[in-house]
Amino acid sequence: MKKIRTPYLLILPGFAFLLTFFVFPILSLAQVSTATPVSGGDIDDFEQTFRFRNYLEAFLDSREHFGRSLIYALLATLIALLISYPLAYALAFKSGKYKNVLLVLVVAPFFTSFLLRTVAWKQILGEEGFVVPTLRSLGLISDSTTLTSTAGAVILGMAYNFLPFMTLPLYASIDRIDPRTLEASGDLYANGFTTFRRVTLPLSMPGVVAGTLLTFIPAAGDYVNAELLGGPNNSMIGNVIQSRFLIPDYPTTSALSFTLMAAILIIVVIYIRKAGTDEVV
Amino acid sequence: MADSANSARGDLKLTRITKSYGDFTAVDDLSLTIPEGSFFALLGPSGCGKTTTLRMVAGLEEPTVGSIHLGSTDITFTKPYQRPINTVFQNYALFPHLTIFENIAFGLRRRGIKDVDEAVNKVLGLVELPHLAQRKPTQLSGGQQQRIALARAIVNRPALLLLDEPLGALDLKLRRQMQIELKWIQKEVGLTFVHVTHDQEEAMTMADTIAVMNEGKIEQMGSPADLYDNPETAFVANFLGQSNLIKGSLVGTDGDSLIADLFGQKIALPRNRSHAVDSSILAGIRPEKFRISLLQTPTSGNVLSGGKIEDVSYIGVSTQYQVMMPWGQELMVFEQNDDGVAPFRIGDPVNISWEPIFTFALRGDEDAEAGTEVMPEDLDEE
Repeated sequence: MKKIRTPYLLILPGFAFLLTFFVFPILSLAQVSTATPVSGGDIDDFEQTFRFRNYLEAFLDSREHFGRSLIYALLATLIALLISYPLAYALAFKSGKYKNVLLVLVVAPFFTSFLLRTVAWKQILGEEGFVVPTLRSLGLISDSTTLTSTAGAVILGMAYNFLPFMTLPLYASIDRIDPRTLEASGDLYANGFTTFRRVTLPLSMPGVVAGTLLTFIPAAGDYVNAELLGGPNNSMIGNVIQSRFLIPDYPTTSALSFTLMAAILIIVVIYIRKAGTDEVV
Repeated sequence: MADSANSARGDLKLTRITKSYGDFTAVDDLSLTIPEGSFFALLGPSGCGKTTTLRMVAGLEEPTVGSIHLGSTDITFTKPYQRPINTVFQNYALFPHLTIFENIAFGLRRRGIKDVDEAVNKVLGLVELPHLAQRKPTQLSGGQQQRIALARAIVNRPALLLLDEPLGALDLKLRRQMQIELKWIQKEVGLTFVHVTHDQEEAMTMADTIAVMNEGKIEQMGSPADLYDNPETAFVANFLGQSNLIKGSLVGTDGDSLIADLFGQKIALPRNRSHAVDSSILAGIRPEKFRISLLQTPTSGNVLSGGKIEDVSYIGVSTQYQVMMPWGQELMVFEQNDDGVAPFRIGDPVNISWEPIFTFALRGDEDAEAGTEVMPEDLDEE
């Protein structure tokens, strides 16, 4: 009987952790999301009234932010993919004895806080940084153009911050490809581009799927980049949730959080079905 | 893609090819012509440069010096996908994400052929695996993967098919079976096969012509029988089968024969089997060519007397003896167990005899041990 019990004992700590730090908070969040303020009570007093209209109202008020979050996250994911793929390919096939050093460099940004690095970008791209004056003196941007408080800054900030989450799964996946299958493809009349499209890319699809999910999901819920690098017109859903939370408007905050989770879940399921990762060995 | 390189046909000609990696010379000034339609084997120990040679023909490596021609077309620097040459890779290198059908159709589709069904099904029939078309490579056994790798290459009907140790990963029994099948398929499709192997038995079973390679050079080239009966170097004599090499000197002639003195005993050998440059020789005799007789038994042909049986190993079809000669050398003798005579015993004093025609002579300054064994560190090189 010991044989059967062991696996259950092994998952117990993880199960207990998730129960405490995921299931209970989620239930609490669900409970608050349909609550309403207590009339005459304190500003942070809410009672359960099962008011599901909270969801509709919250969504309608922040439609724009939802849309922006998904578009920004999508663009940041695409940029991260375009930067990471050649990087991961070079790491796997061309880095030789420097492979481990380069891998450490990929994760090196994690040694400092995400927040500090984003503040640093705010400085670099801001009026007091060297980038804006340089571009202005070269005549590449007009005197009234700024780099911060733009959609581009937010998207690039997210692409930068989540880059290792894209690079590492891609690297792991490309590194597993037998280079001889690429030679075989060349031997069978495929030129470099065709070999990439027909052999390398399909074989690295597990990494592409994992990397894009690991980038897209946190990017869609992110508020730090929009807060620090964006302007009033670049607020994402994360910023709305944060500002509502500080009011405090817990029901709207909870309803928005649930709606975001559901939206991401639906997108991810459709994506995985389309990408068909189970096709790839 | 019907450019001139891709439609080239004819003999493969390597002219003074050298391939160096830094200080290391993998292939050293090698010239070679492989006639169209032949089954050609490049045979040699690991690290002898045979795989590098094959990769240069495939276009996966560029020679440092020299040129490669297919018929009259220079293909030295053309890309692999521009050559009418296909390879069966050592580990098969099948595409894991594609079905067997799509693996085989890969080359046809890349050349823009739309209707591939007939060609793919035909080649699947040829390798006797038509029922596996919709499987993935990982669902196949090693032997099946080997056949699919072959099918994927020959379906393109290349001017040249390269086989890089294609049977290395198979067990002995399957390997023997595949050797016969490969030979049959080569006859059936009529393509030029260039087969790289370190297994001399495999090369001899399949190839019309064998080039024995050692340290980046070709030691000798010829039919299996030529190489076995008339080796020109000690390396070939030892690498292809086994040889007894005895130091001696040429002392005279007798018509078409040469007379040699081996530690005071005279023997005869055919003039056309002597590759000596002066009177100093290594006389070579294959172990199965020797006959052992007890001292009182009359003998004919070449005789070396004064031997003593040192060791006897009975291995079924034959018995292998080690015979100690008066000059302190142990000779190897294989006797067929077909005469109902009881084997000799350890300590028996014997004479050794053989037909003079089975003698060959190598240069006397050669290392008699060359090619007898492959050092373990050499095995890691490729």
